[in-house]
Amino acid sequence: MLADSLFFSAILFAIGVVGVLTRRNAIIIFMCVELMLNAVNLTFVAFAQVYGYAGQVFVVFVMTVAAAEAAVGLAIIISIFRHRHTVNLTDINLLKG
Amino acid sequence: MTLFYQFCFYLFGLVAVVSACVFVTRKSPVAAALWLVNVLFCLAALFVLLDAQFIGAIQVLVYAGAIMVVFLFVIMLLNLGEPARIADSRGTLPYLGAGLLAIGVLAALMTRLPHPVPLQPFRIAADSLAAEARVSGAVAPVAVPLFTEYLLAFEVTSVLLLAAVVGAVVLGRKRNEPDATGAGDGSARRTRPDVREAAHAS
Repeated sequence: MLADSLFFSAILFAIGVVGVLTRRNAIIIFMCVELMLNAVNLTFVAFAQVYGYAGQVFVVFVMTVAAAEAAVGLAIIISIFRHRHTVNLTDINLLKG
Repeated sequence: MTLFYQFCFYLFGLVAVVSACVFVTRKSPVAAALWLVNVLFCLAALFVLLDAQFIGAIQVLVYAGAIMVVFLFVIMLLNLGEPARIADSRGTLPYLGAGLLAIGVLAALMTRLPHPVPLQPFRIAADSLAAEARVSGAVAPVAVPLFTEYLLAFEVTSVLLLAAVVGAVVLGRKRNEPDATGAGDGSARRTRPDVREAAHAS
């Protein structure tokens, strides 16, 4: 099942990349990042089945970091929305050259 | 490896991939969030099928339960309006091509590469994870390395969570004096309502 898990994981990760590249809504881009993290988790779990429990321990850490990242990122989105009244990334271009 | 096991594995994997495709194409953030919850549930099922029962449980609890609820709360708070009005997705076609290419390359890389040689000595016997889970339960084999071998990382993670909580509170806090003009500081205005009125009128 290792190869099949890696296959599904790769596809899910690539779908997340496509979402980050094609969408402009900051919240949806954030959710795509979560999808990519989950695809990596699937890889970890699949390798844990072959190489031992360390992979599953790592998944716990990834989930913790994802939770922290979601909290901070959504707070940033809320504070941007208070200033600009939009979450559309093409309108948030203050740093664009 | 029974046929039923394989059937379940491919079913959940396929549903996860299809749900992810639907998820990235939804216009409404709420619909996208619900499709993502579907993907997360399917991934939890895959984790259980891969002998990671505890990870599957916390996937449902933490990801589908906690993180996605936070996302839905933020979508509700921002109140972006009708999906038709918040037109989305930039010049999609080249990115879609790039994404499909990425899918092909990634899938080929991850499935066709030979097993890395340095990892071979660490290989454990087939089905030993399931055997250990039958003996000592699903939680203990994950918890023991977490609290012994990876204790330092675990403690550092707690500091990270504390920093994230403080950061989220500071960033999300509503400023009690919105500085519309950028002139003067909040405390001076709070004592002089006439200035505040002038600033709001301008």
